[in-house]
Amino acid sequence: MKKPKVLVLRAAGTNCDLETAAAFDAVGGASERVHIDRVRTGKTKLMDFDILILPGGFSYSDDVGAGRILANQIRLYFKELRNFVRLGRPVLGICNGFQALVKAGVLPASHGGEQTAGFTANDSGRFEARWVHLRLNTQSSCLFFKGLPEMIELPVAHGEGKLVLKSPRQLEDLKKNKSIAMQYVSDDGKLAGYPANPNGSIFNIAALTNPEGNCLGMMPHPERYTTRFQHPNWTRQTFVKEGVGLEMFRNAVEYCRG
Amino acid sequence: MTATRTAAPAPRTETVVLGGLRPAELQALSARHGWSLSAGELCAIQSHFRGLKREPSLAELETLAQTWSEHCKHKTFTSPIRFSDGRKTRLIKSLIEETIFKATKQLKKPWCLSVFKDNAGFVSFGSKWSLAFKVETHNHPCAIEPYGGAETGVGGVIRDVMGAGLGAKPVLNTDVFCFAAPDYAGPLPEGALHPRRILNSVVSGVRDYGNRMGIPTAAGGLWFDDAYRLNPLVFCGTVGLAPAWAVRKEVKPGDLIVAAGGRTGRDGLHGATFSSAALEGAQLSAVQIGHAINEKKMLDALLVARDKRLYRGLTDCGAGGFSSAIGELAADCGARVRLEAALLKASDLAPWEIWLSESQERMVFAVPPKNLKAFKEVFAAESCETAVLGEFTSSGRLQVAHAGTPVVDLDMRFLHHGLPRAERTAVWSPAKSAPAKSPAHKKSLAQILTECLGHLNVCSREWVIRQYDHEVQGGTVIKPLQGIRHDGPGDACVIWPHAATGDAADFQGFAVSHGINPNHGKLDPYRMALACVDEALRNLLCVGADVSRAALLDNFCWGSPEDPVQLGALVRAAEGCRDAALGFGTPFISGKDSLYNQTKDVGGKDLAIPGTLLISALAPVPDVRKALTMDIKGPGNALYLAGLTAEELGGSLFHEVCGRCASCTVPSADPAAALSLFKLLQAALGKGLVLSAHDLSEGGLGVAAAEMCFTGEFGACLDLDELPRRAPIYSDEILLFSESPSRLLLEVAPDREAAFLKTMRGAPVKRVGTTMANPVLKVTGLDGRVALEAQLCDLKCAWQGALPRRLGA
Repeated sequence: MKKPKVLVLRAAGTNCDLETAAAFDAVGGASERVHIDRVRTGKTKLMDFDILILPGGFSYSDDVGAGRILANQIRLYFKELRNFVRLGRPVLGICNGFQALVKAGVLPASHGGEQTAGFTANDSGRFEARWVHLRLNTQSSCLFFKGLPEMIELPVAHGEGKLVLKSPRQLEDLKKNKSIAMQYVSDDGKLAGYPANPNGSIFNIAALTNPEGNCLGMMPHPERYTTRFQHPNWTRQTFVKEGVGLEMFRNAVEYCRG
Repeated sequence: MTATRTAAPAPRTETVVLGGLRPAELQALSARHGWSLSAGELCAIQSHFRGLKREPSLAELETLAQTWSEHCKHKTFTSPIRFSDGRKTRLIKSLIEETIFKATKQLKKPWCLSVFKDNAGFVSFGSKWSLAFKVETHNHPCAIEPYGGAETGVGGVIRDVMGAGLGAKPVLNTDVFCFAAPDYAGPLPEGALHPRRILNSVVSGVRDYGNRMGIPTAAGGLWFDDAYRLNPLVFCGTVGLAPAWAVRKEVKPGDLIVAAGGRTGRDGLHGATFSSAALEGAQLSAVQIGHAINEKKMLDALLVARDKRLYRGLTDCGAGGFSSAIGELAADCGARVRLEAALLKASDLAPWEIWLSESQERMVFAVPPKNLKAFKEVFAAESCETAVLGEFTSSGRLQVAHAGTPVVDLDMRFLHHGLPRAERTAVWSPAKSAPAKSPAHKKSLAQILTECLGHLNVCSREWVIRQYDHEVQGGTVIKPLQGIRHDGPGDACVIWPHAATGDAADFQGFAVSHGINPNHGKLDPYRMALACVDEALRNLLCVGADVSRAALLDNFCWGSPEDPVQLGALVRAAEGCRDAALGFGTPFISGKDSLYNQTKDVGGKDLAIPGTLLISALAPVPDVRKALTMDIKGPGNALYLAGLTAEELGGSLFHEVCGRCASCTVPSADPAAALSLFKLLQAALGKGLVLSAHDLSEGGLGVAAAEMCFTGEFGACLDLDELPRRAPIYSDEILLFSESPSRLLLEVAPDREAAFLKTMRGAPVKRVGTTMANPVLKVTGLDGRVALEAQLCDLKCAWQGALPRRLGA
């Protein structure tokens, strides 16, 4: 069977690319870690790939804001990205990749491609790494979620993960077109404050998708939960089979295979 | 010296006249330049140059000062020491040779691939891989600029591992800090930073650098003692993964000297010499400025270049900058360097400043000329700058020029072996034994336990750990925070590096742990060393590691070695390390020392840190799917105590909480007995007979049981009368809080008890209690009555609340 080609985009400071690429390979993808300079100079062409992944890290050190410089580069050198998304090919931004997609105006999807949301420092004022409970929006048509339970657990690790929107109306729009893909919840599935919501994100938003469901941006790290042995309680929970992160990647690969 | 120059000396930049100076004048010259060279060492340099019939250049003296510094040459550990223990006086020719090295040589483990000669020690890891491990200190910089000091401490040890062998990929960072209490309210001398500021800034520095490098910081520790208020200790460690073929470097004459990474600036001049002296009038410019992104770019490029085998050797620019990096790589051949080729941050650097600068994120590579083009392309693809500085030669000389003007021309033999060894004196007087007397106090056992849990040396470190990305690379299968709410104190972390290598069918991982207890050292440094190794190994055991394959690192942080009493304690600690390594069969593979951790306090008296030994241990976990955590897994399970309890409260937490008694025994580990217990335990764990395991350390059985219970959210009842003892003990509080080493508390399911006991036959193991659903810890005393009953939520609150409260966070 043909292996869908996965472009794992790197830039200086990207640091989750190896495990992300390895996870895609494990579910039948053919991943390639590509530095953004190769795309800029035309040595690698985005449209040759079936799936685009923007992994986590601190692109360009995040010195002028998380993902900001990478976002500018995406605007300048990834003119084909809009087309890539429009063609329905899977795009996934994780953590820093999500921050870059938002700052590049890819998410939340807008007509003109302008940036309509942003990220700011966690309410705690600190970088924090912890596992969180997430509720998936079962009404969204996100292709990464196929077959997943409504409640999942994944780790987050970030200092600037608080999503902020332009206006209260924008939140209503996002709700309406089912763009809120994941929310931080307590262990009983309710919207709750810190630490269930690790950063103070508006409406506990952890992930956004485009209405078509092929472009997903998320703060949690699915690549860190690909086997049950990465779950913090695997020594207690014998029923944990495989990581849900791997399921998300498998969904993307299988979607490409048709 | 035969290699005298026949031609007339060429004009040199800044010559220093040593000829005719008397020792006292030489000493004054050294102080003026900040060289930290002794009069004796300068006399050796003086006579070397007298033989050459010329005066040294400033750059030559700076090179010698850096290379001969305590920081680089570990003079105290390699020079003769006349040691007296009150009865006998003997001469130790080289402390390191007779203790740490000796144990490793004697043990001769085939899986030790490279020990003590490289930037980090290497052990084998499966058939295809090897692991490099190094722990460094960055104490002096952290005292005066804690954020920058911590950042460059992390950056430095990461580069050590990147530069070990042919380069290893960092897969774990560790951090251990020793500070004064964050709410310290006593006086501080002018200019000293408050301990809270130091703690906050150091944690931020470690966080910002480690997180940006994408390396999980998942093991570490914190130790508080107000004697660290002027000299905080910051230990940064890194484990690296390298292919088995990449553990050795081999530089050949003709190879090009290529510098890569950050540019060279004026930051960090005199770092090595500054770290080798007491902290007085220290200069801020001696602290380097870190920028993780440059190191990350270099790491990405380095791993590609390594796998394409484009270079033959590499090392990092740490203390002494280019001078020590090139000096070390070229030690067995020679080098010719053209400083004008270096890429600079500022154009007005003097040649000696370029040569000595400790600007961060730089490494030096030995690249065969035919590979240069490909090498440069790999680095350019990661936007990492490179510059060819010269070439390795077979001259046996270190020859450095700037735009044609000679700056340094030194004989490699004199540079690396010319250091005169000064003899030091050390004394050790063991504490006089007196009958032990229990401290008088009126605290209940529950009160003591609660105070122990809320003590700074026991309480939750979650505030720190959460700030580190401890799961990046996806391999942290046993996490530093454990249990049902992911907030309990794990004994060690287990890393499975194959989430990132893609070799998902290989389930071998490794565990890293630490042992530290300066309180024991204040009373008996020898026993401290035994106990530190014992504790580190027990921590590894608790997560399912193979302790028969454990490798150790030593890190000594001490006051002044010129003080015979402090040096005597250092000798005892080093001897303890040797005997522990031999007894447990666990070799040292690398180590480091940081001396002169003393500063003038308010009132002008020297305040030295307590002699501090950090033992870091690394061992493979044959199958990470069999690893375990310390949280109680369910009700109705048996609790077993392994190891004998004795009345050993010297330096204990119990005494901190209840007041010290006149004389008490410092916990004394018996490596031979402990090892046979550990072997049986490891077999029981390997068979899956144990549900959870936790080591007994500060606060003894009481603290260990409480931690296991509140982390798993199940209660337990314990019966003190059941404890296996070395000698009769008639006191509940001694049984509950004694810190006898080599003990572990284990949870065993009822249907596994018979098999467990069969496996453990002959070992000091006894059932001491049962777990229960009711969330209380209940302890029955020797009189058969309930001696302690505490709600788990109260115990957990005391344990969790202490650090944030005292930090004001």
